[in-house]
Amino acid sequence: MILRIQEPRTPKPADDEPIGGLVPVVVSPQASTVRTFLVSRGSSSIADSTFRWLMLLCALSIFAIVALIATELVTHSQITLAKFGWKFFLGSAWDPVNANFGALPFVYGTLVSSILALILAVPLAIGVAVFLTEMCPRALRGFLSFMTELLAAIPSVVYGLWAIFVLVPLLREHVDPLLIRLLGWTGLFAPPDFGIGMFAAGVILAIMILPIISSLTREVMTAVPHSQREAVLALGATRWEMIRMGVLRNARIGIVGSIILGLGRALGETMAVAMVIGSSPTISKSLLAPAATMASVIANEFAEASDDTYRSALIEIALALFLVTIVVNMFARLLVWAVTRGTPARVA
Amino acid sequence: MILAAALAACAVPCLAQHLNAAGATFPYPIYSKWFSEYAQQHPGVEINYQSIGSGGGITQIMKGTVDFAASDMPLTDGMLAQSPVKLIHIPTVLGAVVPIYNVPGVGADLRFAPDVLADIYLGKISNWDDARIAKDNPGVKLPNQEIYVVHRADGSGTTFIFTDYLSKVSPDWKSTVGANSAVAWPKGIGGKGNENVAGLVRQMPGAIGYVELIYALQNHIPYGYVRNAAGTWLKASIEGVTDAAATVKSMPADFRVSITNAPGKDAYPISSFTYLLIPTHPTDATKEKVIKDFLNWMLNQGEGQVSALDYAPLPGSVADKVRAAVARLP
Repeated sequence: MILRIQEPRTPKPADDEPIGGLVPVVVSPQASTVRTFLVSRGSSSIADSTFRWLMLLCALSIFAIVALIATELVTHSQITLAKFGWKFFLGSAWDPVNANFGALPFVYGTLVSSILALILAVPLAIGVAVFLTEMCPRALRGFLSFMTELLAAIPSVVYGLWAIFVLVPLLREHVDPLLIRLLGWTGLFAPPDFGIGMFAAGVILAIMILPIISSLTREVMTAVPHSQREAVLALGATRWEMIRMGVLRNARIGIVGSIILGLGRALGETMAVAMVIGSSPTISKSLLAPAATMASVIANEFAEASDDTYRSALIEIALALFLVTIVVNMFARLLVWAVTRGTPARVA
Repeated sequence: MILAAALAACAVPCLAQHLNAAGATFPYPIYSKWFSEYAQQHPGVEINYQSIGSGGGITQIMKGTVDFAASDMPLTDGMLAQSPVKLIHIPTVLGAVVPIYNVPGVGADLRFAPDVLADIYLGKISNWDDARIAKDNPGVKLPNQEIYVVHRADGSGTTFIFTDYLSKVSPDWKSTVGANSAVAWPKGIGGKGNENVAGLVRQMPGAIGYVELIYALQNHIPYGYVRNAAGTWLKASIEGVTDAAATVKSMPADFRVSITNAPGKDAYPISSFTYLLIPTHPTDATKEKVIKDFLNWMLNQGEGQVSALDYAPLPGSVADKVRAAVARLP
């Protein structure tokens, strides 16, 4: 049943019609569809309670799914949980031959590649959003927005292939040598340079989360009422001051939220990262060195892991990823709370 | 009319059977060809093969969720003891692994002694102008260039064959790294799949990697010579791989044998069988019959088609032994 709300087309009844008597409910063909439906459907109490239970069930299914994932991960990683205990998360060996496993290099790889992606993507994404909402000519705006959304729709395996054939050679031949020359003294960019490695993974992740952060940020900034902008301008602010005080300040909760969504994607991204990170379970200071993330090691090694301990170790890596995601999300909530604290919520 | 024709086609042992199998990705192209041809010749039979990887295939056959499985590695004694279903190994085709490299100014005929290959992957030899590489390659002008080691990032039968070989030729490799579908590599970067390893080697001057022979042949990737156990320098070929299987010292009754570093004069040393894992006591008698019939068909007709897809067929002596093993199936 489709409800269409429309004004009745019949003219209002004339005033001289008799008033005071019982007015019967008349379902005339001219009555509104909503009214017709509401009158004809009978009692609402059953429908309402059924609806409430149904919605509750939907909400509870989230808990059920999360609980199911957690129990599955714990039960299937029993072997390594028993063998290594909590040391699994602090160990840095990954030796399938001698069944010695530790998750630390992968946790490190996941966190560092995601943070690197945020460092690269956030300023760019906010820049794109500011340009699109505040200073972009109307003709260009639609096209640019479309392009941003197109970036979000590209499958990650395509990003991975593009990274291998275009991005990695570009990094190896032009960008990395420059970074080594300029920032080599920090130790973060040290040879040998393979092209693929932590830095390449960070760059590809940044490109992948850029559209998420920029399009959400744009939405939030568009929602800032015009009166805010006008008020700041009226007080004598320049355009940049208006954007900073009138728009960014009001939209910051939403912007933090969009960054967190981007971070979520970066933490779990598998395919593109697995293709360019170089898959070496080591922790090195140089960002040009190969590394591995939790998602990439699972994707790479699960299919051929034949013995039980190995398989159990990979499932425990999945458990570690699950826990890291929870911790990062909690931290993000805390951040949102810290940002919003003490300021009146102006913009939804 | 049509119905009659259909009935006539079905008059030959018509076992409307649907079999499920899963496992190794390396032999998938030849398996899918076999299964579809067998199904065409035997109406009513359908074999559905999922190339989910050897590890996945082994898990599924042990749980009894597939009718048979495929694996690039033989099961260990421990795994066989663990399995609730009794399994036999049926070798089907052979694979080989070749070293590929990208050394500026050096052609396609570089020679790798076994210990040199192992020490490059161990990180003991780290420059192309190392005296030990030069010794085997007189006349080749090797550049002063760091060696970039590339290996597989994903677990794979290719890695198993390669590391199994290195374990045999280098005691150091055996004690520090060992053989498996994925190992703790002492150095280097990982590429996902044969195509990424080849891509990385091609892009990086100074790189060395290893890929499946089929992959190198079909993509025309130049690869080096390897010295075999008899001292012959060999470039991998389908004949050399089959020869490795024929000259292996003692073929055990269950075919669980590593044929890397085989003693034959023309045997290519980095080769291996790939197997089907067949349960000896399947729950379903008709399925059992179809599997047995398929195995016989594979040995008699299927083996003839493998070279067209660049796989190495079983040598005659091994095929006879496999035929006898299939005949013993209940």
